[in-house]
Amino acid sequence: MDSLPVMVGKRLVFGVVTLIAISLMIAVGVELLPGDLAQAILGQSATPETVAAFRRELGLDLPWYTRYITWLGNFMTGDMGTSLANKREISELIGTRLGNTIFLAASAAIVAVPLAVFLGMMAALYRETLFDKMISMTTLSTISFPEFFVAYILIVLLSVQWSVFPSISNIAPDMPLGRKLYAVALPALTLILVVVAHMMRMTRAAIISLMMSPYIEMARLKGIKRSRIIIHHAFPNALSPVINVIVLNLAYLVVGVVVVEVVFVYPGLGQLLVDSVSKRDLPVVQASGLIFAGTYVLLNLTADVLSILANPRLRHPK
Amino acid sequence: MLRDVLKALLNAPWSAKLGLVIIVINVTLMVFAPVLSPFPETEVVGDVWEAGFWANDCTPEGIAAYECWDEINRDREHKVLLGTDHLGRDLFTRLLYGARNTISIALVTTILSFAIGISCGFLAATLRGWVDQGLSRFVDVIMAFPTLIFALMILSVVGTSVGVLIVVIAILDATRVYRLSRAVAMDVEVMEYVEVARLRGERIWWLMRREILPNTLPPLVAEFGLRFCFVFLFLSALSFLGLGLQPPTADWGSMVKENAGAITFGIYTPLVPAAAIAILTIGVNLVVDWFLRKAAGLRDEY
Repeated sequence: MDSLPVMVGKRLVFGVVTLIAISLMIAVGVELLPGDLAQAILGQSATPETVAAFRRELGLDLPWYTRYITWLGNFMTGDMGTSLANKREISELIGTRLGNTIFLAASAAIVAVPLAVFLGMMAALYRETLFDKMISMTTLSTISFPEFFVAYILIVLLSVQWSVFPSISNIAPDMPLGRKLYAVALPALTLILVVVAHMMRMTRAAIISLMMSPYIEMARLKGIKRSRIIIHHAFPNALSPVINVIVLNLAYLVVGVVVVEVVFVYPGLGQLLVDSVSKRDLPVVQASGLIFAGTYVLLNLTADVLSILANPRLRHPK
Repeated sequence: MLRDVLKALLNAPWSAKLGLVIIVINVTLMVFAPVLSPFPETEVVGDVWEAGFWANDCTPEGIAAYECWDEINRDREHKVLLGTDHLGRDLFTRLLYGARNTISIALVTTILSFAIGISCGFLAATLRGWVDQGLSRFVDVIMAFPTLIFALMILSVVGTSVGVLIVVIAILDATRVYRLSRAVAMDVEVMEYVEVARLRGERIWWLMRREILPNTLPPLVAEFGLRFCFVFLFLSALSFLGLGLQPPTADWGSMVKENAGAITFGIYTPLVPAAAIAILTIGVNLVVDWFLRKAAGLRDEY
């Protein structure tokens, strides 16, 4: 029976605890690992002096908790350290890339959300019709497709067969908005297709379970007009699950962006993360991974809060 | 028993039959890969990105400058059915061996994840108390974190090898299995027959294996199919990012990545393994869909 701010506060704390727990697990993991991380990164040919110097640089000669606390303190104050690969400031590396990733995800979301909610509602309201079956079949197959498959099909169609859009999306900060949108067209379209499928499926399920609830049936039996049932009875109750679906899929979008960025060589945070993992550039991986995860956790939190706001019954859990 | 299964299969909708056919074909290819494939796994048989049976442009000046398929394969004992990859290896052979590696690793991972997830879930449901609390909070923490990002962070610490991949993905995936198996076991655990067995003095292992497991099987079997799809796609995505199975092992995800450059020349080689991944996933999904409707009447709204 908590009041709303207390509930939000609780979940926020849980989110932060999650992030700290995961970063702690990574720190302990580095410690528990059999073998020497510095040796593993530098390779077998490195001399003992180089390895020792590298260990000092990574802080591996300090006990893991000292290293972790220093890192956490620095991270909180915005100092993310420097990259091992090219010695650049991580905050500087991440800055523009984060902006690019948000630009891509946002342009996909702006199209995907209204489209998916509309199509999902239509499929639910006209259930078992040809339209509904078509939508179900398309979503089932799109969900089964890996993101890169969708991406390459789009490249084949829109970039190789008909040269409409570029297959490599290069964007620079000083480009005008129109050029930027043109450059991200294909990656955004890929994300839209994948996310719309998921979102449509979930919206449809939410609306159908709503339309089968007893009070809707009661209203129908009383002979109320269909439009009135939908607007007065179904809509206020549909708000909460649909908002939930939207925000959960935005969270999914944030992670799905990683693969798509790699396909289109898009200069975003996901590309940086993947590159750094293969170079084993730990500070960069940790920083960019936690930014992704933080966004994800925050969006999930928003989903919880919004659905509580839209549905007061959730404030009194059984 | 067998007759019932056959009857159910015959009465299945066309979508489920299609799914089953896809699965059977994939398993056959996977098991008999060394017999069916015309070349050894890593043998270089020709030029880079030769065309497959669809080659139709015989003039050297043609768009792709390819010769006819017969012409290409004139000096070979076997024809390269689907063309060659970025190193001139036979794509069809790589696809067969790829089925072997990718599917078997995904299968092992899913089985491991179910072993972990079900035993922890059932333990939490039967013991309750602090075991349940501890496991559930731990799972909450892991599930609050995006799986791909978590996997990437772990892989950057421990490096990529088949064993590491299997264990990492299995543990991450086990959290979902845990949630489901705990929930279904909670329902079964309060039944009288479990109570009777408990009073009879049966051990916890017996309770889990003989009383709870048989009564929670249908949803778990369906979940196995769905989790397999997820693990399979996840593994392919990691391979595609270059962080999964390492070359020269054939694997569908890495085959897409290695041949990705071809696409801008209008050569569709990378689409073949990508399509293979998609087709298998659709097949499994179709069967699971049918199974769910049939077995429990669960999730009918999907």
